[in-house]
Order: sequence, then structure tokens, then C-alpha cells
Amino acid sequence: MKVGVVTFPGSLDDVDARRAVALGGAEAVALWHGDHDLKGVDAVVLPGGFSYGDYLRCGAIARFAPVMTEVVAAARGGMPVLGVCNGFQILCESHLLPGALIRNDHRKFGCLDQRIAIENNATAWTSAYAAGQELTIVLKNGEGSYVADQHTLDQLEGEGRVVARYVGDNPNGSQRGIAGVTNEAGNVVGLMPHPEHAVEDLCGPGTDGLGFFTSVVAALQAA
Amino acid sequence: MARVVVDVMPKPEILDPQGKAVQGALPRLGFTGVSEVRQGKRFEIELEGEATDERLAQVREMAETLLSNPVIEDYAVRVVS
Repeated sequence: MKVGVVTFPGSLDDVDARRAVALGGAEAVALWHGDHDLKGVDAVVLPGGFSYGDYLRCGAIARFAPVMTEVVAAARGGMPVLGVCNGFQILCESHLLPGALIRNDHRKFGCLDQRIAIENNATAWTSAYAAGQELTIVLKNGEGSYVADQHTLDQLEGEGRVVARYVGDNPNGSQRGIAGVTNEAGNVVGLMPHPEHAVEDLCGPGTDGLGFFTSVVAALQAA
Repeated sequence: MARVVVDVMPKPEILDPQGKAVQGALPRLGFTGVSEVRQGKRFEIELEGEATDERLAQVREMAETLLSNPVIEDYAVRVVS
């Protein structure tokens, strides 16, 4: 199993994401934003950071990077794709996921250990968790407030496409406390907090994030 | 040469934290009586040749695909010279 991690100019968490992929049991493959090449990977992670300096809007320029042409086509074909933080923003800008991420309502960059509840454990990235299971993983963003129109929010809730929700105080003003969503097929997941920073006891708030990376291996083996 | 301006603004129903921050700063500077500030972006685009209907259609396409995110923003295109 090969899981690619894209590096854009300004990506920060690509190395941690590759480490998490390996700890999850897959081979991590570095992908480059400027290549029209997925190097034969079976799944893709878009990591956190500030791609293209967050110019214009977060993720707006990265969406048109050469590698994203391939990622979008593969995602529409069913390949598992996980976007974390800036990766979530890129997936929304790419229209692979509905809604958008705007500046936190309190206008500050937040960095904390955050509790979230997994609401949909039927996606390619969350099958290792029980429905309703609570995790503590790192949340660090300035523009993590999830917004969509009421119709879209109702549709997401009705179709069980809210993957994760914040537990306790809403850390960034996200509508309905949404921390992550998935597409209709469940292969594309966007998540604002960072599971790749919670995969080892040595650092971070524990290993609650590892399940995202073991889930995709299980999904690929079952496919 | 033609200059076309594209104004991009957050949709009215979308929270604008930057505008709120500016609004909050104004009274501290002694500017009172401001009930709301919304912050957007202005793009000045120089076109080669005339601003024909075809070229302006291209500018609207630019605005829809890159300059704005239609989920959270509205845009307006106007020719200024």
C-alpha cells in the first residue's frame, strides 16, 4: 500500500504526515506540487501548512497546482484522499468537498489539544474508530471556521457526512461545530485538526490520530 | 489597453472577522458613528486591446474560478478605462 503526501510550497506538516502514514502501516511516498504524477499511489494526503503563502485565499492557488489535476481526477474515481487543515481548505477550493474555511471568529490563531467526536466511521479514513468515539488531537489554525449555506449544512447532517465535530467549546466559530466532512462516496475527507500530530506517545497529545492512517490501509486492503 | 476592476466581497451572511477587527479599531482612534465595516479585495486587471464582450466574459470566468470563491464571496466586474 502506497500513500502519497503532497508537498506544496509552504506545506508544513508533510514530513509528519509521511511519518504517520508509515506508522499506520503503508509506504509513504513524497509527491511534488509541480508534477503531473501520483507515482502509482493508492491514496493521497494533502497536509497542513500555508501553501503558496495563503495568498488570495487559503488553498486557492494550490487547487490549480499541476499535481491537483491528478488528485481531483483520482478522488472522483474513488481514491481515498485526506486533507488536513490547509489540505481541507484545498479540498474545499477544489470543490471535492462542500463549504469553505474562513478566519476564526475570535480572529486569533488557535493552537491546542482539541477533543473531537467521530460521527461517521464509514469513511475510508475513519473505520478504525467507533461511531461517537472521542479523540484528542492537535488543532492549530487561523482560518478554520467551517461555513456553508444552511441547505448544504442540513444536507451534510442528513446524509451523515459530518465526519467529526468539536466537543466542548467551539474553537474557531465553525458552523454547527463541524471539524470535518466527507464527500458522498466517503473516500474524500477534510479535517481541520491534525491526526498526524497524534500518532506517537513521545510527542503530541497521544496516539488518538493514528486511526486515520490505519483506516485507510484497511480500506485499501478491502478494496 | 483596458483596465478592468474586479471587486470581491464576503457574502452578506458570511461573518467577516477582518471587517469586525477594523470596525473595532475605529472608535479607539476617535472615529465614531460607524455601524459596520466589511473588508474585501480589489483586483485591477490590464487587458491587452479592447474590453470586448468576449474579453469581459473571460474576466468573469477568472473571477468565478480564481479571484473569488463563490461559496463565501460575491464579485462585481467593471471597466474603468
